[in-house]
Amino acid sequence: MELNELYREVILDHNRHPRNFGRLDPADALANGHNPLCGDKLTVTLNLQGDVISDLKFDGNGCAISVASASLMTEAVKGRDRSSVSAMFDKVHALLTQADAPSTDLGKLAALSGVREFPARVKCASLCWHTLNAALANADAADAAAVSTE
Amino acid sequence: MNPVYDVQRIRADFPILQQQINGRPLAYLDNGASTQRPQAVLDAVNYYETHLHSNVHRGVHTLSQLATDAFEAARERVRRYINAASTHEIVFVRGTTEAINLVAQSWGRSTLQPGDEIVISALEHHANIVPWQMACAATGAQLRVAPIDDDGSLNFEQYLALLGPRTKLVAMTHVSNVMGTVLPVQQIVAAARERGILTLLDGAQAVAHEPVDVRAIDCDFYAFSSHKLYGPTGLGVLYGREALLQAMPPWQGGGDMIRTVSYQSSTWNDLPYKFEAGTPHISGAVGLAAAMDYLEALGLPQVAAHEAALLAQATAALSDIDGIQIQGSAAHKGGIVSFTLAGVHPHDLGTILDHEGVAIRAGHHCAMPLMDLLGLPATARASFGCYNTAAEVDQLVRAVVRAREVFC
Repeated sequence: MELNELYREVILDHNRHPRNFGRLDPADALANGHNPLCGDKLTVTLNLQGDVISDLKFDGNGCAISVASASLMTEAVKGRDRSSVSAMFDKVHALLTQADAPSTDLGKLAALSGVREFPARVKCASLCWHTLNAALANADAADAAAVSTE
Repeated sequence: MNPVYDVQRIRADFPILQQQINGRPLAYLDNGASTQRPQAVLDAVNYYETHLHSNVHRGVHTLSQLATDAFEAARERVRRYINAASTHEIVFVRGTTEAINLVAQSWGRSTLQPGDEIVISALEHHANIVPWQMACAATGAQLRVAPIDDDGSLNFEQYLALLGPRTKLVAMTHVSNVMGTVLPVQQIVAAARERGILTLLDGAQAVAHEPVDVRAIDCDFYAFSSHKLYGPTGLGVLYGREALLQAMPPWQGGGDMIRTVSYQSSTWNDLPYKFEAGTPHISGAVGLAAAMDYLEALGLPQVAAHEAALLAQATAALSDIDGIQIQGSAAHKGGIVSFTLAGVHPHDLGTILDHEGVAIRAGHHCAMPLMDLLGLPATARASFGCYNTAAEVDQLVRAVVRAREVFC
């Protein structure tokens, strides 16, 4: 296990200069993610056009792996529809946890493959994806609430 | 007692330290989380398991008696180690956390009234916060927090100002697990005692690093863990003043803690068994006793001086690195140094240091309210033990410099 496998240049770059950092206001949905074990916190805000994530941002604080993963995620999912995002999460999850997982179609997200050699850090990389899922669920709930009040 | 502190000879007593991690010699600097076991402790546990084990306080057969003798000898060893008046005052529990929960549940729930107050410090570990929040929720009592100064020392005037007619207990750490502050426990206890207030000290970070005398401190309760004292995990000690323990109701029911049981009701065993329901961690107690023998043979004042030297070396060398900020600069500190490095999250620091063979803790150290107060999500923490060396502090410092190179 080599350090430069974990801290690849792409990871260091996205940690230093996170993309889509901040909050959308107004936003169609917001979710807070928290890893109570290490204290990492992040917030994902997003806007939807139909089924497509038209825009999203994240903020919060965490280690380089969690910040870079969130930054890479926002670039990867912007403009994608839900089913494609869900399929991508499955691939990222496999990449983070399975030794022989393919990194095809993942683009820059493939830089996260080194994380699997550091099991203690897998949760750092997946926090943003769980938070994105929670935001999408919140968007559904908000829709349901809006529908029910009409 | 050996006047020369021969750290290399001490290291040779700890098999786990003789290994490489990631191709580098292990520098184990996470003693605040847990300490390692000397061969003497491993041997004592192994001897007990191999030759003496049975259940305690139960049988008439030979092994039952031998096991009981070993367990009760361990209790006497603990009594001497902290200079308690009687073995009735030494309750074996699972750890510091359970010791504090015992007091919160037994004394707290039976004594606290709505409007009563418990005073803790801003430095506390979750184990000395949450049990009191639970006791307060059950009784209507209130938790008050004595603030700290910027250097991590207790603000004594504000502590005194919090002590009032409704204060029933002061529960404080002896040594902060985050900032390393050694609290002035004798003065803290004396101020409480003058006002008729009981005191509990969380000694988890103290007992293996300086001599502790509960009668000199004059506290009512003192809690600590075996595994932070070079002994086995899963065991801790609650010291409690006998008259208080006598008056407190049991908190867990079961075998060993009773005198008589009928289907209708039960009566309680004598101290300390009233608080030891179920089969205890017998081999753990045997191991803890061996650890106490080991530490006293080294000499706790000598251990304290050795760790103070490591702390001074680490503090000076880390301070020289650009971007390092040390959290906690109280005049009296134990061998704990928490720090942050600008531009490098503590978890990344922890991973890079591990790669260099250096084991430290990175995170909130089970002290989230303190981290909020410091405005930090996490810190890196190096904590020293009797076997650490100046060379390991150098290894730590080199690894931190390396982390800076990766990120900055």
